[in-house]
Amino acid sequence: MGFEGIGAAVKRKEDARFLAGRGNYVDDINRPGQVYAYIKRSDRPHARLKGIDTRKAAAAPGVLAVYTGADLAADGVGGLPCGWQIHNKDGSPMAEPPHPVLAVGKVRHVGDPVAVVIAETKQQAKDAAELLEIDYEDLPGVAASTDAIKPGAPLVHDDVPGNICYDWHIGDKAAVDAAFARAKHVVKLELTNNRLVPNAMEPRAAIGECDVTGNYTLYTTSQNPHVIRLLMGAFVLHIPEHQLRVIAPDVGGGFGSKIYHYAEEAIVTWAAGKLRRPVKWTAERSESFISDAQGRDHVTTAEMALDEQGNFLALRVSTLANMGAYLSTFATSIPTYLYATLLAGVYKTPAIYAEVKAVFTNTVPVDAYRGAGRPEAAYLLERLVDVIAHDLGFDRIELRRKNFIPPDAFPYQTPVALQYDSGNYQVTLEKALQAADFAGFEERRRQARARGKLRGIGVSTYLEACGIAPSAVAGALGARAGLYEVANVRVNPTGDVTVFTGAHSHGQGHETTFAQVVAERLGISIAQVDVVHGDTGRIPFGMGTYGSRSLAVGGSAIVKALDKIIAKGKRIAAHLLEASVDDIEFKDGKFTVAGTDKSKTFAEIALTAYVPHNYPIEELEPGLEETAFYDPKNFTFPGGCHVCEVEIDIETGTPKVVNFVAVDDIGRVINPMIVEGQVHGGVAQGIGQALLEHAVYDSQGQLLSGSYMDYVMPRADNLPSIHVGTESTLCTHNPLGVKGVGEVGAIGSPPAVINAIVDALRDYGVRHIDMPATAEKIWSIIQAHQPRMAAE
Amino acid sequence: MPQVTLTVNGKRHTVEVEGRTLLVELLREKLGLTGTHVGCDTSQCGACVVHVNGDSVKSCTMLALQADGASVTTIEGLAKPDGTLHPMQEMFREHHALQCGFCTPGMVMSAIDLVNKHPEGLTEAQIREGLEGNLCRCTGYHNIVKAVAAAWPLMHGKTMPAAAE
Ligand code: FES
Ligand code: FES
Repeated sequence: MGFEGIGAAVKRKEDARFLAGRGNYVDDINRPGQVYAYIKRSDRPHARLKGIDTRKAAAAPGVLAVYTGADLAADGVGGLPCGWQIHNKDGSPMAEPPHPVLAVGKVRHVGDPVAVVIAETKQQAKDAAELLEIDYEDLPGVAASTDAIKPGAPLVHDDVPGNICYDWHIGDKAAVDAAFARAKHVVKLELTNNRLVPNAMEPRAAIGECDVTGNYTLYTTSQNPHVIRLLMGAFVLHIPEHQLRVIAPDVGGGFGSKIYHYAEEAIVTWAAGKLRRPVKWTAERSESFISDAQGRDHVTTAEMALDEQGNFLALRVSTLANMGAYLSTFATSIPTYLYATLLAGVYKTPAIYAEVKAVFTNTVPVDAYRGAGRPEAAYLLERLVDVIAHDLGFDRIELRRKNFIPPDAFPYQTPVALQYDSGNYQVTLEKALQAADFAGFEERRRQARARGKLRGIGVSTYLEACGIAPSAVAGALGARAGLYEVANVRVNPTGDVTVFTGAHSHGQGHETTFAQVVAERLGISIAQVDVVHGDTGRIPFGMGTYGSRSLAVGGSAIVKALDKIIAKGKRIAAHLLEASVDDIEFKDGKFTVAGTDKSKTFAEIALTAYVPHNYPIEELEPGLEETAFYDPKNFTFPGGCHVCEVEIDIETGTPKVVNFVAVDDIGRVINPMIVEGQVHGGVAQGIGQALLEHAVYDSQGQLLSGSYMDYVMPRADNLPSIHVGTESTLCTHNPLGVKGVGEVGAIGSPPAVINAIVDALRDYGVRHIDMPATAEKIWSIIQAHQPRMAAE
Repeated sequence: MPQVTLTVNGKRHTVEVEGRTLLVELLREKLGLTGTHVGCDTSQCGACVVHVNGDSVKSCTMLALQADGASVTTIEGLAKPDGTLHPMQEMFREHHALQCGFCTPGMVMSAIDLVNKHPEGLTEAQIREGLEGNLCRCTGYHNIVKAVAAAWPLMHGKTMPAAAE
């Protein structure tokens, strides 16, 4: 075997089954006797639900049952819980209106589930749902957060005044006000962060099953099956956890949208118990658009106070965050602790104050989507810095350099709660500028102009926080869950290894990277390591994958378990080799008595552990299997620099990304091939957000971009090749020194793209352009402004 | 119920279907060939692409009855019986052109058709344009484009003509 350990670009183990069409996604699973659920959803944004006549549907061919919210309520089914409680400025808890599994009394967004029809075939269920007679009384709706807070706006929840979920703040307001009072300059920017639809390519699906003894199994497209088991078992269906097994097999992408506990999971599980038949549901894409939690949707005003030389003195931010109609599982934490705490970014701004109002509207719930809060923070800061440079005449690169937290300032305490352990923003900036040939740009701009194109270059120097999270810190901030991770490492008698991890892979390649970590530590090949995830029936209680936490938290748990394995192996080796434990060294898969050639292989020790004939049985248990729970000491702080170069066709306004460079500091790299792939995918989503994607609602709450015909997904011909570089300052507080790479691409790229667009349009009087910067928007700007033609 | 007779991955099947049954439903639900995926309901994503009589087709856009008499190849039928992967599958693995794997079957089937139909070679821009009907949310397409370019010489048994590079 070649080198397969940490740092090797080994090919992925999981690819064999995916490439052969032998993946095992939820919709690929069929259970004996299975029936099908079709969920009837509201087609209106806001209406009183006056009555549902189910009789015709129930009598239709093949139909086993029709259930409504009343049936669930009568059976004591609870609402879907929110996992993070935020407190208002005055210390009172946020408004937390009920989130029924099937609508009761009112529907609050298009897509709100109203009834479920269960039939022998999918088509029968769907046909019968057409026969449901639902008596709605339409109510005025509200879709924009800015409209929802206006006096007299329709109330999404009758008992939540002003549609305000919470009015929260962080930072030292007095210090910020004082700094603004003495500032030489103040620069203000208003911007929106466009609402996105996550669009993992696999639509959500779920199969509920209940056996004769009342043991339930739920197969679901989830990023965290244990969390689903806990939330659904304890809060919604009241099924004891030992009688509920949740399996998330191969999952076709998540990007956050498969973290949450969704109504459909509860519906199929509950119905399976009632009918004693497995119940299967698979979303159609049109349903995904109106039922998967969406992302972003911020409206923000930001102001920076500066001194004469351009040093940042204070930052003041006010944000409206759209929650949608109900609180999705982690919705409340995104615009607060994953957003406002990031507002220092890579800068040493001494005082920061941010206030965030979270608002209910008649739209699909909003929750984490790749980056979750951090892209919103990075976009705000990196746009603001460019606007400051524009308004005050500073060089945008120099302005950044001047305000960077210097490399010798770590650990660095920000004014908004976080303490950064490591980083070097100068290095990633210089590397990226060089890779992008920033110095040679003006020549390329001239050449493009001669071809009838406007060329621009944009830079973003971003930072994010992952490795979520120290449980006690998260708990103090309102999290209702622990955020450790677990690993169980089972060494089999012949010396190969099965790792049971609480993290979940839905594209990240854990079966390979986790195996590399194990292979490196134990001196075995990755072929000898099997990584098992996604099954509460086989794995200790883990927290799943989101927030780029799998390696930083889940990988650390694996390392901790491996340390225990090695420690026990040493004691077995000491016995066999008749040496003292302290003299045993473990290296390259061998336990050796220090300074001698007496040794035992890892496989020999494994076998001895399970065939303990010659074994220190008095003081050591047989077997070689260890479990470790790892609770992170801090967040990790990846950061870096993205440089984007665009060309705009003057005639049509069409923007094209012609070059993209990402240099990210993600800590130690386990598999560079997988790391690059993660960055590519994140950057593609970031470019998508900046140029193409937008969930558009009408003023009442009808989703206008509800299919791939209207919601523009990035396709192969919309994107450039992406140059990826990495730079490592090691994380100081986890055993692998890793920081996380899943989200950096989506965090650093949107501001780089918009900065490039604004730069390309600099002769058209443009200071800022909101995402997505579509051809139409750019064309209108070109038409509306007389170019100064300064570049000519 | 009407019947349809077709050959899938070299095996003949006669299946009863409803008039409205889609080819992809026949493959997934009647024949258990779940490698072909469904990612949308508007014929936009390409997760369902298979070959029908040698041409790539979105199997969500074709009625099962329209495939009567046809020869269909799905992702499951690409590898040799001994498990040797098709060069396109091999290059997807080599260049990390898949992450979650959900778009992969459709992407591989489309890519094979694209390379087959371009014996004169393919530029990067042509590959990107040729895969425009297949959505991937994970990879940003970068490595898919690389994989397709790398598969071309293997499938045509010669180096890619320089003009196309
Ligand atoms: S399933 Fe999307 S194109 Fe066929
Ligand atoms: S690999 Fe996940 S959608 Fe393409």
